[in-house]
Amino acid sequence: MSFLALAGLEKTYRDGTRAVRGIDLSVDGGELIVLLGPSGCGKTTTLRMVAGLELATGGSIRLNGKDVTTMRPSQRDVGMVFQFYALYPHLTVRENIAFPLRAAGWSRSEIGGRVDDVAARMGLGKLLSSFPRQLSGGDQQKVSLARAIVRRPAIHLMDEPLGTLDADQRLAMRELIRAEQLASKVTTIYVTHDQEEAMSLADRIVVMEGGRIRQVGTPSDVYDRPNDLFVASFVGSPGMNLIPGRVTEDSGRPAFVSKEGHLHIDVPRPARPGPATLGIRCEHVHEASDGPVFGRVLTEEYLGSASHVHVQTDAGRVIMRGSSGAARRRDTELRLRLDPAQISMFDAVTEKRL
Amino acid sequence: MRAPALEEARGPARDGAGVEAPAGPPAGAHLLGVRGVSKRLGRAQALFDVQLEVRADELLVVLGPTGAGKTTLLRTIAGLERPDEGAIFMAGQDVTASAPAERDVALVFQNFSLYPRWTVRRNLEFPLRAPGRSVGEAEIRRRVEWAANLLNISRYLDREASRLSGGEMQRVAIGRAIVRRPRLFLMDEPLTNLDAKLRERLRVELVELRRELKTPMVFVTHDQAEALSMADRIVVLSEGRVLQTGTAREIYERPLSPVVALQLGQPAINLLPVHRVADRWLAPDGTPLMAAESAGPAERLLGIRPENIHLTALETEHHRTAGPFDAVVEIVEYIGPTTTLLCAWAGTHVHILTPYRGRLRPGDRVLPRVDAARAVLFDLPLGAAHLASRVPPRLPSSSSPLPAPASKGTPI
Repeated sequence: MSFLALAGLEKTYRDGTRAVRGIDLSVDGGELIVLLGPSGCGKTTTLRMVAGLELATGGSIRLNGKDVTTMRPSQRDVGMVFQFYALYPHLTVRENIAFPLRAAGWSRSEIGGRVDDVAARMGLGKLLSSFPRQLSGGDQQKVSLARAIVRRPAIHLMDEPLGTLDADQRLAMRELIRAEQLASKVTTIYVTHDQEEAMSLADRIVVMEGGRIRQVGTPSDVYDRPNDLFVASFVGSPGMNLIPGRVTEDSGRPAFVSKEGHLHIDVPRPARPGPATLGIRCEHVHEASDGPVFGRVLTEEYLGSASHVHVQTDAGRVIMRGSSGAARRRDTELRLRLDPAQISMFDAVTEKRL
Repeated sequence: MRAPALEEARGPARDGAGVEAPAGPPAGAHLLGVRGVSKRLGRAQALFDVQLEVRADELLVVLGPTGAGKTTLLRTIAGLERPDEGAIFMAGQDVTASAPAERDVALVFQNFSLYPRWTVRRNLEFPLRAPGRSVGEAEIRRRVEWAANLLNISRYLDREASRLSGGEMQRVAIGRAIVRRPRLFLMDEPLTNLDAKLRERLRVELVELRRELKTPMVFVTHDQAEALSMADRIVVLSEGRVLQTGTAREIYERPLSPVVALQLGQPAINLLPVHRVADRWLAPDGTPLMAAESAGPAERLLGIRPENIHLTALETEHHRTAGPFDAVVEIVEYIGPTTTLLCAWAGTHVHILTPYRGRLRPGDRVLPRVDAARAVLFDLPLGAAHLASRVPPRLPSSSSPLPAPASKGTPI
């Protein structure tokens, strides 16, 4: 049986706003699940219902074999992490890590044992009597993570904990969280709007929008095989290139024709004729002198390790991921090839993957 | 001339003041010159002898961490702060003593700063109705609609500003800057408060909009991805000093110092102290990293970006006998087109960025190869030992002037 099970979970506020509209989700023990979506998608409300900070208006929550739907937060054995606060400069590393346990009324010996445990696992053992200012930036981050998770509840709930950090600190903290979670195996639900954070952290990602789940899957599932147009465009940086058109069988076998009719591509998989949208990730768009798509360079976004080249084609704007070698000048004409094995097709009406 | 002059960037900003505009078209001419500006705020030295030029049709990004002096610099250019030393030139005229209004620049802030109860239209009209401006009603209407159209906010014109989303509000704030048709845009982290997804889109929109308006822009940010992707040229600012000026490619590929190298790129560049034995650079634990020239100092700091360490013999990884110089994978982050690995290697931790999407797991052994042509060797600065730590938060920048470029990076 799953460790955490949400069934038909709903939240409707008094003013009629339906923040969460029926969520079914089953989480195994030790998993790190990321709830991903734009602001207002219901991800934070869902997390807060699991924590008990909001009461569900429909459905149920089972945690560790118990129905906790109506329990108070303190009865649920959940640990909520909102952000990694700065360390107390006048307290030692040990006192900093022990702080939440003291606040929770643990005994002195229990505290000592637990702090030693966590510190040893995170490589902080030798630093316990140091003060924060004596530590490197990396070790300070470890201490702040250790303090956030030292209580070791049945489940960690993290609500955009890295939101206030600088980009480089975010990256380092992300790796720490992942390493620590792999070591401790504490089930973790992590909320973010940042798809890169989600991809890098998650065992499975739950993509949410409009109070509903759009897709649940491994990072590779949601990235390579998005269920619908929303997931295709939300996941990935940039989102998938989407080209509107239709599937025809005029030439005997199914082909995709773009709206203006300029682009004509054989569809590898069976697809019913009708309005459709072709999706392709920017790394599967290649420059090729015999490519079927003609275009002009609009803008190049240099990223250091690669470049995103925005190309105005007959079928609309297409972004190609290219090498960062040489700058591509605006208005340069080029031809593009779309890797046929990597094409996704979506029904233009239902927006679902075909 | 529409294309920004990407190829003309110079090396250290120090010689910036002496740089002549390229002969020929006026696109290379300077609209703004900041000449030796220093500024104290209270007891802190916010800016120290800052030199920079903004050309007539370019987007100049000022990149630096919090506290680097970016906002002070922008406010000084706008005329909201008076420099203690140095001068500000616009179109060849000394404007150091001119009031903000006389400079004809438009500022956009991180916080959208709209009148919440006013409609979008009234917010957009506001700068045109400011005292001292005599823009006719028909012209006001025309400009507001032009701006709204460019920014794709026409359908919100009669909506109250407070009812817009963050992204829409920031579009209106940008609209308010462009209706005036100023000589120069000054942007202070305008995308910072927006969702990642929206930021990504507005980045491109802003670059394309600026190009259409042909108005120069100074864009301040702490976000290296924003800087790399948007800039015609970047000025790297740290603790009030300009550390390097150049195109994104120049600064990314040939940083003049480890401090600059760490500012660009994510994950950050790997920095390893190396020493030369025979014809190879070795890590402190003896791992051979790459071939070495026989000349020059025998101890240096090797900078190698994560994407320039390649994995060899991946296909056979499970059959290969473990070698003494293997790396052990600790963390695997799969992020779309690339996979980021954190590996224990050469006595330290390194990041490796690979297009490989195979079944790498923590604990696997791989054999990394440094792409020597893309490595950078720095002279060992004082205290270089800190640099070897994996998570360099903020490196203290030395107060001595930058060493001469000749002693720096190996050419790419």
